[in-house]
Amino acid sequence: MLSKRVVACLDVRDGHLAKSVKFVNTKNIGDPVEKAREYYLDGLDELVFYDITASSDKRKIMLDVVEAVASQVFIPLSVGGGIRSVADATDLRLAGAEKINVNSAAVKRPGLIAECADAIGNQNVVLSMDVRRTLVSADIPSGYEIVINGGRTPMGLDALDWAYKGEALGAGELVVNSIDADGTKEGYEITLTAMLAEAVRIPVIASGGAGRPKHLHEVLTQGKADAALVASMVHYGEYRVSELKDYLNRQGVKVRMNW
Amino acid sequence: MTTGANTDTLIVDYDAGNLHSVARACHEVGLDAEICADPDRLRLASRIVFPGVGAAGSAMRSMQARGLDEALLEVIALGRPVLGICLGLQISFDYSEENTTRTLGLIKGEVHRFNLEDPALKIPHMGWNEVRIVRPHPVLKDIAAGDEFYFVHAYFPQPATEEAVLAVTDYEHEFASAVGRDNYVATQFHPEKSGRVGLQLIANFAQWDGNAE
Repeated sequence: MLSKRVVACLDVRDGHLAKSVKFVNTKNIGDPVEKAREYYLDGLDELVFYDITASSDKRKIMLDVVEAVASQVFIPLSVGGGIRSVADATDLRLAGAEKINVNSAAVKRPGLIAECADAIGNQNVVLSMDVRRTLVSADIPSGYEIVINGGRTPMGLDALDWAYKGEALGAGELVVNSIDADGTKEGYEITLTAMLAEAVRIPVIASGGAGRPKHLHEVLTQGKADAALVASMVHYGEYRVSELKDYLNRQGVKVRMNW
Repeated sequence: MTTGANTDTLIVDYDAGNLHSVARACHEVGLDAEICADPDRLRLASRIVFPGVGAAGSAMRSMQARGLDEALLEVIALGRPVLGICLGLQISFDYSEENTTRTLGLIKGEVHRFNLEDPALKIPHMGWNEVRIVRPHPVLKDIAAGDEFYFVHAYFPQPATEEAVLAVTDYEHEFASAVGRDNYVATQFHPEKSGRVGLQLIANFAQWDGNAE
């Protein structure tokens, strides 16, 4: 039986962990390579890097980070942020990324999904979608719409329609990030996650809102997600990856326990 | 038979996905493997890794266009250790339903697409799953009950004979997740992405003399 995955997401800016400013001891916690290695040794199932570097001339730094991580961390590695072309995707793949996450650029130009799928294979193209709850309308029948620019710009696009379209264009996996739940630490958006996970035949990674171990349990059972993405709850040392997996295992969720 | 020298291990490059992750995992366990698309060099290799991700049809066309299919079969006939991974495993069979492709015929049997009854089960079979050893093999040494490996595939192998099955995995039904014959062994999962246990398997392969007993 397939295990549910615990996925950690690290936001990287100019080669450093973006949230490092909030850490007390920035020296040790701020290095994405070190952090990736720590999680890997602690039983993490998959790693996502999100490049939030603003200037394009510093993007090459990300390739160095990916390369360093790929030589030390032998689990699937996924990279997103600023991917606008097949060339961007190919560069990251050569540096050692297994999967490529596309987000805003795919909303603006859906053909990007198909182009990447042709170039690197469907299973390696992840469609990451930022979703916000809204009023049910003729344009947004599900009551969930796609937003870009970190949640600031609504696109008038229904999340359910976008998930179907992404799957049809060749995405191999979905990351469903709830803008409403993100940062609250009060739990994932279960209704949204379950709706999308039941709609598509490709795996769904739930994102946004994880604060306590029971939130992972909820989204992997009621939320029907195949994987749960965590960020601050592990970055700040509140929980260890192995603790989360121990908890899920005790609750009867099938997770990988030998590592 | 080979000496087990690590100096000339080659990774077969037939335009089937990113081979660098396989190379990195080999390097991690001290196996100095080089990516190679030249059939003449392949014929001289003492040890070969045959990975791949993608579709069976284009993979076979690419192998044939480069003469890599014949070179690989020759090397295997010479008794040198060869490790197939994922698509490498799939195109070692006689036939794949994917693009209705006649494949290398190293292992008797066919490869078919998952046809699952449970709509909640996703295709591809993507993620970590248990690999249960049914026939001990030097390359599967020190893999314990409950150990999981990383899979990504929509098609699965169906060997014609039980002797070829080294390990099995469940995804609605049981399928062969590791197969072997003489000096050839292959996994449906990705040892290069399977953490400590995956590296263990690659390290076992690095030490293997090609004798399945």
